[in-house]
Amino acid sequence: MDIEAIAQNWRNRPGMVTGALHDLQRRLGYLDEEGMKVLATALEIPLSQVYSVATFFSSFRLAPIGRYHFQVCHGTACHVRGAVQLRERLERDLHLTIGGTSPDGNYSLEEVRCLGCCGLAPVVQVNEDIHGRMNQIRLGRLIRPNEDENENPVKN
Amino acid sequence: MKIRSKTDLDELQQEGWQQLRGTVPTFLVGMASCGMAAGAERVFQKAKEQIAKQGNNCRVFQTGCLGFCQVEPMVEVRLPGGDRCVYGPVFPEWMENLIESCSKGVLPDDRQIGRIQTLPAVPPLVADIACQLPDHLFYKRQIRIASRNCGQIDPESILHAFGLGAYQALAKCLAEMTPAGVIQEIVDSGLRGRGGAGYPTGKKWLFTKEASEKRKYLICNADEGDPGAYMDRSLLEGDPHAVLEGMLIGAFATSAQRGVIYVRREYPLASRRLQIAIEDARAQGLLGEKILGANFSFDLDLVEGAGAFVSGEETALIASIEGRIAEPRPRPPYPAVQGLYDCPTVINKVETWANVPAIIQQSAHWYGQYGTEQSKGTKVFSLVGAVRNTGLVETPLGTSLATIVEQIGGGPHPGRSLKAVQTGGPSGGCIPADRFDLSVDYETLEAHGSIMGSGGMVVLDDRACMVDIAKYFLRFTSSESCGKCTPCREGLDHMLQILERIATGEGENRDLDKLETMALGIKDGSLCGLGKSAPNPVLTTLRDFRQEYLAHIEEKRCPAGVCRELITYTIDEEACTGCGACLKVCPTDAISGEKELPHLINAELCIKCASCREVCTYDAIRIV
Repeated sequence: MDIEAIAQNWRNRPGMVTGALHDLQRRLGYLDEEGMKVLATALEIPLSQVYSVATFFSSFRLAPIGRYHFQVCHGTACHVRGAVQLRERLERDLHLTIGGTSPDGNYSLEEVRCLGCCGLAPVVQVNEDIHGRMNQIRLGRLIRPNEDENENPVKN
Repeated sequence: MKIRSKTDLDELQQEGWQQLRGTVPTFLVGMASCGMAAGAERVFQKAKEQIAKQGNNCRVFQTGCLGFCQVEPMVEVRLPGGDRCVYGPVFPEWMENLIESCSKGVLPDDRQIGRIQTLPAVPPLVADIACQLPDHLFYKRQIRIASRNCGQIDPESILHAFGLGAYQALAKCLAEMTPAGVIQEIVDSGLRGRGGAGYPTGKKWLFTKEASEKRKYLICNADEGDPGAYMDRSLLEGDPHAVLEGMLIGAFATSAQRGVIYVRREYPLASRRLQIAIEDARAQGLLGEKILGANFSFDLDLVEGAGAFVSGEETALIASIEGRIAEPRPRPPYPAVQGLYDCPTVINKVETWANVPAIIQQSAHWYGQYGTEQSKGTKVFSLVGAVRNTGLVETPLGTSLATIVEQIGGGPHPGRSLKAVQTGGPSGGCIPADRFDLSVDYETLEAHGSIMGSGGMVVLDDRACMVDIAKYFLRFTSSESCGKCTPCREGLDHMLQILERIATGEGENRDLDKLETMALGIKDGSLCGLGKSAPNPVLTTLRDFRQEYLAHIEEKRCPAGVCRELITYTIDEEACTGCGACLKVCPTDAISGEKELPHLINAELCIKCASCREVCTYDAIRIV
């Protein structure tokens, strides 16, 4: 979808700015500066408004994410069941810190507030798949760094 | 085809009910997000394959969540004739057996959660299905009203929803009731907002109804931000039509013409099922112009949030819908008189809306028979953390914490003891185990310094450190503070620094007074609920678990064995068999030892990742 069409779709609708930014983010996986400028003009709102929304909410990213995007849930139930250790394991094994993307573009790591699967805590999400009842061993299997492109390293 | 009358709707209800009953053995796989996370999708695929292999003498469909997360993936079996049984956990390999057996009419005993009441020949009312597994400890004290249809229907089938009476309450309103009458019924039911503040729903509606402006809005707040609470996700994923119908009834009562459902970004499945429900409802003429042939029009938009805890606050949520950052504004004016685009707006949470059709279908009196004088009806709680049975439980308000935690939740894991339950998320507090006699309702928990909030209940056992819990919540609220009010923005950060100091053994006794003084200042000086309630986790733990703070400060010791800087991992020589399992998983090679001889941990190398403790089957890893 081009930016004009996105703006057309969202202009004056409830949720206009967040909605348009979600669509914009879907194009590249993140929000690029040029895209936000074009969007602001097309929505007929100040660029400062677009940028303030883009930087206020945690779903919007100003840099690309990896091919395998790891999200460690840090809700309360996950916290008391070892989310901190899981996060550290990911940081260690993927050589990343929270918010980072690996130089080869394969992995990125993010901490999320609560994925709402608290009954299966602790939880880690990789791309669209949520993995419950995590522990160090299962997480290790989930990461399994593998350079071979044909093998999906994150499916269990 | 558009539904033009109650007669059309009744016909669809019969058709839907017959489809739900079916004529062949039927398998319902729980496929809400939590079921999926436990592997339900593979179970569903397996079922489809097996049924095809058997020549399609059975059928399978997806359903929402029955709430018992502990035994996900869950599968319900319905035999022709109405016998029903729930199984869990069901894994793909075992699904094959289940189908084979059930297609011969035999319900196996293995993995049975329990028998459910037989399906009646005619569509049941809410009251008939509110307690379905009366023999099971997890279910027997539950009354499922808001979550009545979750796990009963395919949430992506409007026909299934019709079968269980969806939109019948709306039809009743349009045919038999006046808007004022509907509001009176909601007032009489005693329903209060299920989001935390507990404002009487009917009263809120009345303000909007009486406002003189022509344009009015309804908002469904599905920005469920409290970590540890996920009932709204489950309701949207399991029974989206209940929410749509609740809003339609609200629109009829307040004469709002337009609604918005604001769903959290983290809930893509809820959004998708809601979108399907909206499109189906529109296609059937249940959204749009002249709904059910009456002089009544309403439609709604689905708006996706973008990940900010504060956007659950009603004025912040409105700002976000209007295209700005989610910053709260002072109230009054309340949204009921001046809300979205400055028009009168009713905002209710998903669970509140989902209760409305049940109240109208049954009666205010029926709903009010549950709960206490001040807190009527039922509430869905997410019971998670250190209990045996985790999941979503819907109980009458006024049920004691002991009943919920120890009976429904099944108490602590073997060898552990319960310490507290954290209620109400970051705005709530911790109730110590010796106060589990407290009744769970709006007033009682608030009187105890916590809140019921949106219904999160995280159970903590002796392995949880209360300083760490307080620190966790402050880290959460300080990073989610929108930054508008200085006491909240700066104060929470300062409190967090003090807690971090205490957790590393650098705290001083006077830090506790400082925490209390700052907490009170932040409560007084903040505009919205986030800041006003953020100090609660600290205040309640300081009051009830002061000894634990003092142990960190005076003895430089974390009694629960959580705070990193104050603990050391060691191996109990007596218990260690030298099996070598820990040695293999240690990421830093901190463990050494000969086979079949006790191992040792080098404290210099140990990063306290807990891998060794996880694999040790002899409970030989100790934290001191």
